[in-house]
Amino acid sequence: MSIEDIKQQQEKWENSVQKTLEKHPERKTFEEKRLYTPTDIENLDYIEDIGFPGEYPYTRGVQPTMYRGRLWTMRQYAGFATAEESNKRYKYLLEQGQTGLSCAFDLPTQIGYDSDDPISEGEVGKVGVAIDSLRDMEILFDGIDLSKVSTSMTINAPASVLLAMYIAVAEKQGNPSTSLSGTIQNDILKEYAARGTYIFPPKPSMRLITDIFAYCSKNVPLWNTISISGYHIREAGSTASQEIAFTIADGIAYVKAAIKAGLDVDTFAGRLSFFWNAHNNVLEEVGKFRAARRIWARIMKEKFNAKSSKSMKLRFHTQTAGSMLTAQQPDNNIVRVTLQTVAAVLGGTQSLHTNSRDEALALPTEESVRTALRTQQIVAYESGLADVIDPLAGSYYVEAITDKIEKEALEYIDKIEKMGGAVEAIEAGYIQKEIQDSAYKWQKEVENNDRIIVGVNKFQIEEPPVKNLLRIDASAGELQKEKLAKLRAERDNEAVKISLEELRSACSDENVNLMPVILKCVKTYATLGEICRVMRDVFGEYEPHTNI
Amino acid sequence: MKKIKVIVAKPGLDGHDRGAKVIARALRDAGFEVIYTGIRQTPEDIAIIAQEEDADVIAMSLLSGAHNTLFPKVVELLKEKGLGDRLVVGGGVIPESDIPFLKEKGVKAIFTPGSKTEELINFIKENVKCDEE
Repeated sequence: MSIEDIKQQQEKWENSVQKTLEKHPERKTFEEKRLYTPTDIENLDYIEDIGFPGEYPYTRGVQPTMYRGRLWTMRQYAGFATAEESNKRYKYLLEQGQTGLSCAFDLPTQIGYDSDDPISEGEVGKVGVAIDSLRDMEILFDGIDLSKVSTSMTINAPASVLLAMYIAVAEKQGNPSTSLSGTIQNDILKEYAARGTYIFPPKPSMRLITDIFAYCSKNVPLWNTISISGYHIREAGSTASQEIAFTIADGIAYVKAAIKAGLDVDTFAGRLSFFWNAHNNVLEEVGKFRAARRIWARIMKEKFNAKSSKSMKLRFHTQTAGSMLTAQQPDNNIVRVTLQTVAAVLGGTQSLHTNSRDEALALPTEESVRTALRTQQIVAYESGLADVIDPLAGSYYVEAITDKIEKEALEYIDKIEKMGGAVEAIEAGYIQKEIQDSAYKWQKEVENNDRIIVGVNKFQIEEPPVKNLLRIDASAGELQKEKLAKLRAERDNEAVKISLEELRSACSDENVNLMPVILKCVKTYATLGEICRVMRDVFGEYEPHTNI
Repeated sequence: MKKIKVIVAKPGLDGHDRGAKVIARALRDAGFEVIYTGIRQTPEDIAIIAQEEDADVIAMSLLSGAHNTLFPKVVELLKEKGLGDRLVVGGGVIPESDIPFLKEKGVKAIFTPGSKTEELINFIKENVKCDEE
């Protein structure tokens, strides 16, 4: 049957549906069409646009066998209070079958302040573990062989410092840096746009990032030097298309900066990784993941002339959407997370964090983290979803929505490029404004009941306050202060001073790669706050664009 | 009638400002005069802005868990500046069990995840002490 025949038949069908609609109107106005048919994908070229797994443009996945070869890495983001406490949680998660570590740092650590800095008051150990010096890092990974696990660290502005500490711990264990695998988030642009843990202005920040690219390509070749993140952009309220558009625009900015710094694209691009959100709309999300892979592959090949296939593959971590969790009837969140897990797996993620049921209320308890991990394991081992590669390909709707998201994202990327790139678009407040508009629209839809959130604006019940929440008391702050005082008394303060002075002059000289210098500092047990203070002195601090 | 002036503030180091920005816009749409401080404000910063702007309401948002330290501190500083009569409210990821403590410290209401912006708007209208002529 030709496409023209289908079009004719479809028109007939639509006409007959009109009669049904007169009697039984649809529940609401839908954004998507009623039905997708071959007519929606008639311009799609299988080889050009979809292809095969592990082959350009990677729409179907970046590995040739996907989960039939190896399942995704199950990686729960964890960390709270002190290094001692978090070390226990990591060991527990590994015992429970988790296959990679993911470190959450507290806000003072993420913004380069020591625990005893007055600005850290109340925040120490709250949203993650407090790391003040190499000594804390040694405790954090005590008894964990760093050549055997891969570790992801959610650290951005001071990423070099935490990576240096990680390398130093590994060396003490007898593991050379070449044996290490893992990821640092290291994505400052989305910090400016959506997440907020920036320190320095864009220019020195981009230098720190490209210094890491250059250093790791030689010394830590298995390390993912950046995790270009849409996750937080989505959490801040963006749509699916905006999530990948703004993130890929950031990616373009990093590649440009590295090339400008003199690096050959194929020496670093293979270690770039991405980080996406998984929302509840399963098929839209699957389309998003597939579209992102296709866009990135084409940009790397066509715009940046990458030759290595590794440079074109968009590998990504996924986290289920924190913003979709509800404080009401928290057990319902287990179901939401299951749907999000399905979306991530059908979308071909390389690793996954599943949120816990109680995270709209507090950091998760050990028990709820276990359920979240079990959710991944059930999908992996019981659902059959991991048995066939990209099983939704060829669905009229999934291919159509993949195309639609790609098209919308490319329009944004084009617009941002015309503004001069992601840095300029952020400095103009454009990306922030677009995200805010979407967030406000979403909130209005929820409040007008145009968007139903079960348990929040429909199907509510009276419920008692949730018990057994994890509480981080103030003792973490006190403990860290004591540890810092002891450290400052015991270490060779002269060596610290010399290393920090060397850092100061290195910061002023753009031709010096800062990574080896920072590594020297952390080995003298200079604290994170001390190292960042030197960099703050030389680089200054970012002035945010605050508009509503 | 003078517009009710609200400072929407982000104390502490927390960068999650989706809620604060949504609230700021909703309050503005509801006819209030709104000033958003931006993220990473110390309690001192917030008290100073409240004083300079002679705000009627200080609405704080915090998702990092530092609310028990930072919210009361803001209230204290407001009192020191003679602004003890201003309406202080808070929102964010705040466990139910912390709410009595925060209220005792002078935070008049806490809005937790899933709250409607309308609830805050109505609360402000009913509780603000504004020198209305």
